[in-house]
Amino acid sequence: MSDWPAALTALSLAEARDGLARREFSARELTENYIAVVEVVRPLNAFITETPDQALAMAKAADERLARAEGRPLDGIPIAVKDLFCTKGVLTTAGSHILDGFHPPYESTVTEKLWQAGAVMLGKANLDEFAMGSSSTTSYYGPVENPWRRRPNGRAGDNRPVVAGGSSGGSAAAVAAHAAMAATGTDTGGSIRQPASFCGIVGLKPTYGRCSRWGVVAYASSLDHPGPMTRTVRDAAIMLRAMAGHDLKDSTSAPLPVPDYEAGLTGEIRGMRIGVPREYRVEQMPGEIEALWQQGVDWLREAGADPVEISLPHTKYALPAYYIIAPAEASSNLARYDGVRFGLRVGAASLDEMYELTRAAGFGAEVRRRVLIGTFVLSAGYYDAYYLKAQRVRALVARDFAKAFEEVDAILVPTAPSAAFAIGDNTDDSIAMYLNDVFTVPANLAGLPAISVPAGLSADGLPLGLQIIGRAFDEEGILRVAQVLESAAEFRHLPAFIAGKT
Amino acid sequence: MLIKGRTGEWETVIGLEVHAQIVSEAKLFSGAATAFGAEPNTQVSPVDAAFPGMLPVINRHCVEQAVKTGLGLDAEVNFVSVFDRKNYFYPDLPAGYQISQYLQPVVGHGRVVLDMPDGRTREIGITRLHLEQDAGKSLHDQHPNLTFVDLNRAGIGLMEIVSEPDLRSAEEAGLYLRKLRSILRYLGTCDGNMEEGSLRCDANVSVRRPGEPYGTRCEIKNLNSVRYVMQAIAYEAQRQIELIEEGGQVVQQTRLFDVGRGVTRPMRSKEEAHDYRYFPDPDLLPLVLDPAWVEQLRAGLPELPDTKKARFISSLGLSPDDATVLVAEQATALFFEQVATGRDPKMAANWVTGDLFAALNRLGIGIEQSPVSPSQLGGLIDLIADGTISGRLAKDVFVEMIATGADPATIVENKGLRQVTDEGAIAAAVDAVLAAQVDKVAEYRSGRDKLYGFFVGQVMRATQGKANPTLVNDLLKKKLTG
Amino acid sequence: MALDRATVAHIATLARIRLPEAELEPLAAELSQILNWVEQLSEVDTSGVAPMASVAASGLPMREDQVTDGDCRDAILDNAPRTARGFFAVPKVIE
Ligand SMILES: [Mg+2]
Ligand SMILES: [Zn+2]
Repeated sequence: MSDWPAALTALSLAEARDGLARREFSARELTENYIAVVEVVRPLNAFITETPDQALAMAKAADERLARAEGRPLDGIPIAVKDLFCTKGVLTTAGSHILDGFHPPYESTVTEKLWQAGAVMLGKANLDEFAMGSSSTTSYYGPVENPWRRRPNGRAGDNRPVVAGGSSGGSAAAVAAHAAMAATGTDTGGSIRQPASFCGIVGLKPTYGRCSRWGVVAYASSLDHPGPMTRTVRDAAIMLRAMAGHDLKDSTSAPLPVPDYEAGLTGEIRGMRIGVPREYRVEQMPGEIEALWQQGVDWLREAGADPVEISLPHTKYALPAYYIIAPAEASSNLARYDGVRFGLRVGAASLDEMYELTRAAGFGAEVRRRVLIGTFVLSAGYYDAYYLKAQRVRALVARDFAKAFEEVDAILVPTAPSAAFAIGDNTDDSIAMYLNDVFTVPANLAGLPAISVPAGLSADGLPLGLQIIGRAFDEEGILRVAQVLESAAEFRHLPAFIAGKT
Repeated sequence: MLIKGRTGEWETVIGLEVHAQIVSEAKLFSGAATAFGAEPNTQVSPVDAAFPGMLPVINRHCVEQAVKTGLGLDAEVNFVSVFDRKNYFYPDLPAGYQISQYLQPVVGHGRVVLDMPDGRTREIGITRLHLEQDAGKSLHDQHPNLTFVDLNRAGIGLMEIVSEPDLRSAEEAGLYLRKLRSILRYLGTCDGNMEEGSLRCDANVSVRRPGEPYGTRCEIKNLNSVRYVMQAIAYEAQRQIELIEEGGQVVQQTRLFDVGRGVTRPMRSKEEAHDYRYFPDPDLLPLVLDPAWVEQLRAGLPELPDTKKARFISSLGLSPDDATVLVAEQATALFFEQVATGRDPKMAANWVTGDLFAALNRLGIGIEQSPVSPSQLGGLIDLIADGTISGRLAKDVFVEMIATGADPATIVENKGLRQVTDEGAIAAAVDAVLAAQVDKVAEYRSGRDKLYGFFVGQVMRATQGKANPTLVNDLLKKKLTG
Repeated sequence: MALDRATVAHIATLARIRLPEAELEPLAAELSQILNWVEQLSEVDTSGVAPMASVAASGLPMREDQVTDGDCRDAILDNAPRTARGFFAVPKVIE
């Protein structure tokens, strides 16, 4: 017997778009299906706020446009929005207690573009507090649970819920559990790609400057990248086109036209040179990850590409550099949460006491840790040794990539050094948790586009992703390679949460 | 200028940090308005209030104003400068950081020339000028246990202009501030209005024995009039001298000037040592200026007070004192030049700095509000020059012009003040006076030369002051000796 | 480097986060561990390498001097924990 409430949610975004255009079903039906699934997946805690009424109103407007044959690129497509994007009049929390009750009087540029394209908002997705994390367990609103479970016959006796990855874990879980057709994410050190890998979906971090940061709660401004999370590469191409574009309100936004990414999905990668960096073969990497990576190389070779071993010598130093730069920027970006103009205030007789008590109560342990580290590395006497040093290393990491891209057209690496781990693991060892981002952080430091594609299952039956990194603003190139990988991998598995209910 | 203490002479060393609000419609990084005096929090955008996800975009005009000011201070313009975040918590600093420029300001070394009272000039070095955001306003006196915060001012563009520690007395500090304000107003980059807070000054003050290294300095914050700057510095220097002479030591400190009591006192909220953790603002890229654009701005600069003063002295033959006074305010210089065009410049200068200034002073208004226009004052000078009225009568006409705003010619006509140059009429008046004063004439003729003035006065009175003085002289002399 | 309690307390004050006494020691240990780990960067020869603050390549875009925002006091004050007479209100500050 099936208690899955919806048939339409199995469609990909592209399929649903085409079905809507052919009027095979209405945006209202599609949205109602999704609202029902959003309710079913509540145990995963993927959403902080559900917005069914808004969704239905938006679907109605989409149906009216579709009826007039004035359909827009995403008309009637129900999506989840990472709760880091400000949404006008809708509670926006960044997963933090400190933003209690915050209703922004404005809409982020990226979500505004999505609504202009006709998309329907199902709700605000859970995340690591202020996007600081790789597990989506640090949210004030509780941890996100991955819809996937280890195989019962896997590692003996361990069928604990696993993390969705982070920080865009709620977005990834919602898309993987068919509770959203697509979602927005943000990626500062891997926060789109790593949860995509953990949840068996596609996650694309565009080039820095491709998607506006305006209206996105800032974690580390020079590293924050909004981007799409979807079930297929084609869907990522469609979403990215709607999200991307020059924004005069973001001084770091790139003044470049946005290509038709979907049209670029030709499946043709013959003659493309694919870099395989030897420094990513880290010591502790599980054999199955290494094997999957090799499999990926083989798939691309079979499709006519030309794999080339390359060297990115400073790879090892990207992660420690990131854990100086990101907290430094965060310590400053989070100073505005002071109990004066919005969010939480803990009452006190003096101003400084109000600040200190509010911020102590409002920030969770990981945010506090990063704000303190960031404050320290910027403080008098330590700035040069830590912050400036990290920025110089950042320059070297970027230089490595620039050199590599003189020889190759794209780079293939694993997305993460492991599959999803159990909720509660890695929590008392910060560095073990930070190591999750070892393969994703370099692209953030260099601002390069990178995409994670589900490519296989671990021995435990959990999804594993492969990552393509491209030249700046060559999202078309990595999408094309990603789609070839996607076809070769034929990843058709469903997460336990869905499989168990259908 | 040295100060005599109990144990000998002391020298005051002063450096000023001036915060000049940039004249602009919108704020430095947001599209909110900058007008003074609006209802609280009505000129605030979510960017100014540092709402989550808000980002700064710089106002081109503010950059232009800073560059123009740099050029006006004869300073180096840096073609690449960087915006940094200065991190500290305060309720009127919404983001918890001020966007400022630290290591790479937009303007580097420059200078301001002081016009000293003895007629010499003295050059004061400018260390730098950088762009930064203003903070909001905290009102501490509106409620027994709350501070109120108004963010209207938050985010308005400021130029922070830092001088070298080249100033040596409160008087020099006053001259410097007035000169700087004059340059800013000439450039139109800051209105210089200290009451409204458009121009605020922090003074770093220390004392030393002449020739010795700098002493420990104290910073006096937020001085909002030239008078207070001078009072605060004078007090602070005296305080430090007395402290040292009594065997104490100056502690580096931030202090506030108590306007009511005329003293400085330590600022409580600034006791904790600051660590501003400056770093480049990742929301903004480096500001790169096109050298051609900078040259274009340079070419468009107005004539500034120093150049104008030199020209007034060399081309118009004014005294340095008159020139200094006339160029201090651009409006005065403009007024004067309009009056002087086609007329005797010295005469124009005398009228402007003499009767006009006195009248404006009495009325408590600026030259922009003068009831007498430059062309009217010029007209009055013309009437003197062509002999229509005497210089003495002109003073009366001017009083009438100030009172009524009427043209001098009209006043002269209506009041019948036209000078009498008819020799016959004057001779008749002279004859009448001499006939009426037979005794005095006799005295004069017997050697009392001093009576001559008496006869002139009598003739002028008889002609209501309108008689041409030269003719009166000629005729009187002739007839008395006659 | 190893952070001591006093340093942790100092940076917590700079960051305006109140830390209970009992947390200082464990936090000092945790933060020291992270700092020790990032210090592996000292192995990298960065002489002559300019620090990279941003990857964005284009110049700084500029806005025209036009009033396009503001005049929205309610939107600005609506989220505030405490306001009075159109102002934000905070515990009294003594200057
Ligand atoms: Mg200063
Ligand atoms: Zn300043």
